[in-house]
Amino acid sequence: MLAVVLALLIVPLAAGAICVALPRTAARVITVLSGLTSFALVLVLIPAVAHRDLNYLSYLRVDAVSAIFLLTISFLYAAVAVYTVGYLKRHEDLYARRFYAGLNLFAASMLAAPMMSSLALLWIAVEVTTIISALLVAIEDTDGAAEAAWKYVLIASAGLGLALLATVFAYFAGAQVLGQHYNLALQPLVETGARLPHTPVRLAFLLALLGYGTKMGLVPVHTWLPDAHSEAPTPVSALLSGSLLAVSFYAILRFYQVAGATLGTGFPRDALLVFGVASLLLAALYVYGQRDIKRLLAYSSVEHMGILAIGVSFGAPVALAGVLLHVLAHAAAKGNAFMGAGVFTVKFGGKEISAIRGGLDLLPWSGPLFLLAVFALSALPPSGIFRSEFQIVSGGLSSGHYAAAAILIILATVAFFGLSASATGMLFTPPPREQTRGEPSAWMVVPVVAGVAVLFVLGVHPPAELTHLIERAVSQLGGTR
Amino acid sequence: MALASPASAPGIYAGVANVIAAVMLLLEFGMLRQALARDQVRLYAAQSALISVLAVVIAADRNLPDLYALAGLSAALKVVTVPLVLRRLLRGTVGDEEAPGVAGSQAVTPATAVLAGIVLAAFGFFSFGALGIRSPAAPPTALSIAAAMVLMAFGLMIVRRDVASQAIGFLSLENAISLAALVVAAGLPLILETAFLFDLLVAVVVFGMLIRAHHSRAESLSTADLTRLRG
Repeated sequence: MLAVVLALLIVPLAAGAICVALPRTAARVITVLSGLTSFALVLVLIPAVAHRDLNYLSYLRVDAVSAIFLLTISFLYAAVAVYTVGYLKRHEDLYARRFYAGLNLFAASMLAAPMMSSLALLWIAVEVTTIISALLVAIEDTDGAAEAAWKYVLIASAGLGLALLATVFAYFAGAQVLGQHYNLALQPLVETGARLPHTPVRLAFLLALLGYGTKMGLVPVHTWLPDAHSEAPTPVSALLSGSLLAVSFYAILRFYQVAGATLGTGFPRDALLVFGVASLLLAALYVYGQRDIKRLLAYSSVEHMGILAIGVSFGAPVALAGVLLHVLAHAAAKGNAFMGAGVFTVKFGGKEISAIRGGLDLLPWSGPLFLLAVFALSALPPSGIFRSEFQIVSGGLSSGHYAAAAILIILATVAFFGLSASATGMLFTPPPREQTRGEPSAWMVVPVVAGVAVLFVLGVHPPAELTHLIERAVSQLGGTR
Repeated sequence: MALASPASAPGIYAGVANVIAAVMLLLEFGMLRQALARDQVRLYAAQSALISVLAVVIAADRNLPDLYALAGLSAALKVVTVPLVLRRLLRGTVGDEEAPGVAGSQAVTPATAVLAGIVLAAFGFFSFGALGIRSPAAPPTALSIAAAMVLMAFGLMIVRRDVASQAIGFLSLENAISLAALVVAAGLPLILETAFLFDLLVAVVVFGMLIRAHHSRAESLSTADLTRLRG
């Protein structure tokens, strides 16, 4: 399996490095191949990880929790790589080559993060994702893109500064027990959790929640997110929302593991609950009155990140299983929604919701697919998000968090009305006269169909291997306590 | 009766660490009130140099040879390379003159900024002191000063409305974290420390590219016009 893990690190990195030098057609082929290969490599890893943790070369580690995030990232990477071929048709050569290079490097850095055994290397990988994605946000070279990229890089870097401080205190706590030459590996920290000093661990968890929470888009440190998601090119928005937020959530989960082992789960769960409810509340309200389709979807991402935080705070095993499934299903659904929004912006020449009319009539595939994505995001059955939110809520009820579970249901419903009101305006209205019926590109439809299939499978009958993997991850996260 | 028992008096290492931390905090105040970007860069370079000195002191005191390498690397990067890149960037914006949009970019008057800085620093210092994080290796005063510097760096990013000062605010935040890391995590393996520094270099390059992009659009380094995206 070492070869598979190394290949997963190297394939997207190499693809990114050579894309700049290659002609456009070759860059296109390489990007699609790299995306599909990465996804296949993760699928190969899963049966092995479902039974044992993989440790290699002292700095690489893949366990069940990381495997779920690898699956999320690589699936969306593959989908977006295919989608990008259609998206870049209207762009010139140099732009396209840079775009392909950036996309692959961005995916490489996100795939690296969950494979790092050490909290320090995890931080470095997350910081690299920020740097590459900031350049991708700025690549459009418009006023809006420059503004969004600056806000993003400054706010996210400052947040990651706090996360670095969290890493330093985690080292301090670990070094008290494991000695000065401790290398910040996660596993020994969790194993010796009960003996770690409490105050530094508490501080490390709070700083990590605030720092990585900035990148995850938790309210009140989410302010870069709607700007970056709306101004970035659509394929990048899809990756930002479905994968990058998940990577930051992954980092928080790792600190949660350490804090849970040291402090018991009460304190970390309370902290997560506060951030989760704030995110859900603000996002559910901001969904109303959005005029930009990508901004609308960005606030929906904040909403779902809030649901993840609340789900972890419930702590019951079934809620944690729901959270991990939600990460996967949200990536598929939000990726689909952004990819659909990208088709709309190409077809209607802008992101304003008021300019998008008659989507169902004009776009025979993307119209209905976008509708399905909105339904999925609103947790309607039989999508995977219905199953995951159902698990989270039932976990909340079974662990006695009645108020929080009720708030989750009410606010998710509020967001559903906002989202579907905007979607109705874009889809079920009479089309403008000058527009003709037809899809801009088949490349922009195929990955969305794959996403719908994934959502359906996750909702109706998740594969046994995946269920087993999630069970193992839940027990690693302390869901059995 | 002895005024202070030998056990409670700080040793040479702790004393030096505390003095260096205090001077770094003063430089942070300098950055907060300094109007010209090139002077801010100088203050940043001085602050970074102190970090390297502290690393050497700790290396000698605690017999950690790795830290000599780190001190050299950190000096090469943060005292020489990063300030050079920043100066070039600022000079590249308008010949040899001061870049427009930096001087007078304070959202509040310098006096108010410094007063707010004092409040922030005091809050950081005392609240961190109250946490009582102690170990034989970590002088608590230096650690509390690092916390004060972290808050002040955030304050610097908030009160300045130009991209250059905001970038310097971020870099001084990184210095504050380096100080905290040296005090409580001196034994961190060199390979990780090196990776952090390399990461900083890449971040500076990206900050630079975005500053240039901003300047070529807005013809100024001011962020006053970055108000298009809201809601």
